Amino acid sequence: MISVQNLTKRYDTTTAIADVSFSVEAGEVLGFLGPNGAGKTTMMRAITGFLPPSAGRITVDGFDVFEDPLEVRSRIGYLPESPPLYPEMTVEGYLRFVAKIKGVARIDIADEVTRVMDTARALDVAHRINGRLSKGYKQRVGLAQALLNDPPVLILDEPTVGLDPNQIHEVRELIKEWSGDHTVILSTHILPEVEQTCSRVVIIDRGRIIAMDTPENLVHQLKGAELTLVEVAGPLDDILERFRAMDGVVSARDMGSSDARHRIQVETDLRVDIRPRLARTIVEGGWGLFEMQSSRMSLEDIFIKLTTSDAEASPVHAEDVAVAPEPTSGNTEDFGDSENDTEADA
Amino acid sequence: MKNILAIVERELRAYFASPVAYVVLTIFVLLSGVFFQTILRQVVQMATVNALQSQQFGAASQPIDVPGLISQSFLGTLSVVLLFMLPMITMGLFSEEKKRGTIELLLTAPITGFQVVMGKYLAAVSFYAIMLATTWVPTSVLFLYGDPAWGPILSGYLGLLLYGVALLAVGLFISTLTENQIVAGVLSFGTILMLWMVDVVAQSATATTRAVLAYLSILGHLDEFIRGVVTTSHVIFYLSLMTLGLFLTYRSVDSMRWRG
Repeated sequence: MISVQNLTKRYDTTTAIADVSFSVEAGEVLGFLGPNGAGKTTMMRAITGFLPPSAGRITVDGFDVFEDPLEVRSRIGYLPESPPLYPEMTVEGYLRFVAKIKGVARIDIADEVTRVMDTARALDVAHRINGRLSKGYKQRVGLAQALLNDPPVLILDEPTVGLDPNQIHEVRELIKEWSGDHTVILSTHILPEVEQTCSRVVIIDRGRIIAMDTPENLVHQLKGAELTLVEVAGPLDDILERFRAMDGVVSARDMGSSDARHRIQVETDLRVDIRPRLARTIVEGGWGLFEMQSSRMSLEDIFIKLTTSDAEASPVHAEDVAVAPEPTSGNTEDFGDSENDTEADA
Repeated sequence: MKNILAIVERELRAYFASPVAYVVLTIFVLLSGVFFQTILRQVVQMATVNALQSQQFGAASQPIDVPGLISQSFLGTLSVVLLFMLPMITMGLFSEEKKRGTIELLLTAPITGFQVVMGKYLAAVSFYAIMLATTWVPTSVLFLYGDPAWGPILSGYLGLLLYGVALLAVGLFISTLTENQIVAGVLSFGTILMLWMVDVVAQSATATTRAVLAYLSILGHLDEFIRGVVTTSHVIFYLSLMTLGLFLTYRSVDSMRWRG
């Protein structure tokens, strides 16, 4: 659906994007992940034709962004970083205007505007003035605007930035709803977001693609082993011995004990989920199971690993991202845990 | 065309949704009314003195065309008032889009840069037409109480219209250069004032330079229209200035995509 070949964008002295190539299949949700200033927005603007590249070729649905800009633009719904709203217009009036310039037939405008407001959950503010909307509603109106005339491609630049936890959840659900019949490219520097919504992730750092794969594969590729942490009460040596004897277990280590409870880290081969068998073993041994946790290496760990692995990498990038995880998402908890665990292990 | 009209409609609504339109219209109507009244009083006084003198001395002095003189002075004054008002119509048209980021919407929508420019320009011209229309309130007084010649009044309005559309195109171009509408307004005003003053500068120059600079003076071309003469060269001057302004606007908008 979208093909980007050798895209390069230079500003006067800096190179924002350096020789980037990738393609997006129809129905895919592709996530651009990268620290602030990595070139995500530049890349999205290049695809919309707002910012012509210095070199390279971009096609959308077979149309060259350069040669057939109108064909390309009519196939893209674009939500820029800040929703492009005219503050003095009402939500409905604004959407009617956008519908007109997007070529919605006059008699369909009213229905189409209602449809997108409904989809983006903005119906209740239809008659409010854009300028007085809360950040969350502005973002929804921005999304509604992108959906007008039902474009096959949606390009969403940080669609959840500035929203509260419920709204973030809603927007992610919306994006999931749209995937399938739409091709979606979204950018974010929030890691759980790509894990939750994207079928493929492109990690960008300083204008270069440093990794591109499904979130699961990225995790598997970069990870040596699967770690499971269990807290058991019982005779330690016995437990360790039994664990080590299990099929697929690489090692079992005591990570510290208290009150006869032992925290044991079990390392297994890739893609082996030892947990059900581990539980059975514990029950059969007559021990007490207090806690069991799979410590998957999160995308965040991978991201930090990737964006700081080369010598030039400034630690600032990694810190930015490490601080960035939204405090809101449901899995922040195991996010933090897993990070600690892997670090402890390393 | 549909796209252009959509933009015209949006811009006109935006004018009247903000205080700018009301302030500009109010001040303009107020000023034109005050000036008309002043001119009216002066011309009538002059005519009375003139009539008294010719009665006293019995000499058949040239009778004064009162309504004609009033309309000529009035239209001339309007051109000066407009000098201050026109930049306010165009100053926000592109600068505000850039500031709010809505330019990204326009430039990624399936419409051409030409349609964006024409939509905004025609909205500005429509607003200007409304301003000019309000001056018919004082002008109609002349028709109520006198019998002015239609010709010079119509040609004067044609001149003002051409003068306005040319300056609006210049102002539109300047508003593409900055994100700040105040800067755009002041720059437009300065530019228009320069174009207005070039013939003053011309006084001390050599004959050829003087001729060139005098030709560039935007007000110089208006005189003949107000006196009732429509000359092709003056029409061409204003239309060229308008075309130049629109062309520069188009190029500037197009290059926004390039510069980002």
